Amino acid sequence: MKPIFRGGLPRLSFFLLILGALSLVIADLRGDSTRNIRSAISIILTPVQWLVDIPTGVADDISTVLVDRTALIKDNNQLRSNSIQLEKKVQQMMMLRAENVRLRDLLNASARVDDQVQLAELIGVNPDPFQHQIILDKGSEDGVFVGQPVLDAGGVMGQVVEVALYTNRTMLVTDGRHALPVEVVRNGMRAIALGKGSHGELDITHVTDNADIRVGDLLVTSALGGRFPYGYPLAKIVSVKRDPSRKFMIVKAKPAARLDNSRYVLMVGNSASEQSTGTQQPAANGAAAGDN
Amino acid sequence: MNQHSSGGLMIILGTFIVALMLSQIPLPRIMEWWRPEFVAMFVIYWIMALPQRFGVGSAWIIGLLLDVLKGSVLGINAIALTIIAYGTLLMHKRLRMFPLWQQAFVIFALIVLNQLIFYWLQALAGTKADDLHFLIPAVVSALLWPWVFVLLRGIRRTFKIS
Repeated sequence: MKPIFRGGLPRLSFFLLILGALSLVIADLRGDSTRNIRSAISIILTPVQWLVDIPTGVADDISTVLVDRTALIKDNNQLRSNSIQLEKKVQQMMMLRAENVRLRDLLNASARVDDQVQLAELIGVNPDPFQHQIILDKGSEDGVFVGQPVLDAGGVMGQVVEVALYTNRTMLVTDGRHALPVEVVRNGMRAIALGKGSHGELDITHVTDNADIRVGDLLVTSALGGRFPYGYPLAKIVSVKRDPSRKFMIVKAKPAARLDNSRYVLMVGNSASEQSTGTQQPAANGAAAGDN
Repeated sequence: MNQHSSGGLMIILGTFIVALMLSQIPLPRIMEWWRPEFVAMFVIYWIMALPQRFGVGSAWIIGLLLDVLKGSVLGINAIALTIIAYGTLLMHKRLRMFPLWQQAFVIFALIVLNQLIFYWLQALAGTKADDLHFLIPAVVSALLWPWVFVLLRGIRRTFKIS
């Protein structure tokens, strides 16, 4: 039977629950101890994330089925010409790489290795406007780890902040809590690119007044943080302002990656330990990474 | 009787899976602030309708799920939902007597509370919330409340959940 009136309110359980939640908050803010709880709950929620992604997937499928023949031919032609151009670049790359290895040998520097990459698909976007995060469909089962760099065709997108069994959460470089050591390609000047929490804009901080930095300069990762491999494009400088009343210049940059609409992304499996072992067959590494 | 209540449990769980999905559906950039707080609204409805079955504990668990789904600091949605669940429990008898538009005002206040708690605590993790945008979901939720209410009441009556 359903009682109409119950004896009082659940005051005690209310306070206990609030206390429990508060201790979770504190544990979460203070360290990694909650990571396991999080990834355990994520496994339960993975189906929800897949379900949410179904409409987008279906829409994609429909648009591939209903696509116009002339559009396909046009696409095909464009891709073919792209591929020829890329092949030409690759030919030069081979030569340059060989030369680079020789020169580095002369310098007694360690050779650079091709990074292993893994293709991942975007299955969700964090609904909280203050957090620039995306959800990808590769998890610890696929060897994804916290701190792993994520790229798209244009450049650096962000890094993994949370790994569940089959999914991971990637923080984009524009998130207000993200910072990334970079250098200017033109002259090797080092700087730090800070996310601002606004879309499509990065702040380059602590650039001294007399630094040589111009609009249009390309910033690449400098690998100084130890997380991102060297030399991936991050952003282009869009404005440089000198303000005599400030110690540093106000420099803004626009991310090179298409943070809003990349559906397929690359996860780079770099780590310091692999660099020493993988020097022998960089090409084989790159090929093997695909089915990893 | 027992069979009935367990069946009802599945239906209630189903509505929350839908609510969690709705909280994840991607919206266009201009509308990112206009997402109604479906999970909070569903919690309020089920507490109002079935306070003997759905209480602060259930709200807490749903909140924890939402935390993981949203990637927010673990526990803050749990806190926010537990507090509004308690508030709803306090006044559920009155709330049932209100006409829908009047309920919508209460929903507005409760969702504002939810948003305030969420963004205050989220600020501990370093995301800054320095404008009043976060109140928009409360307005949208209040406007949507009559439909949500009628829909969930229909579900409850169809499946005779009590």
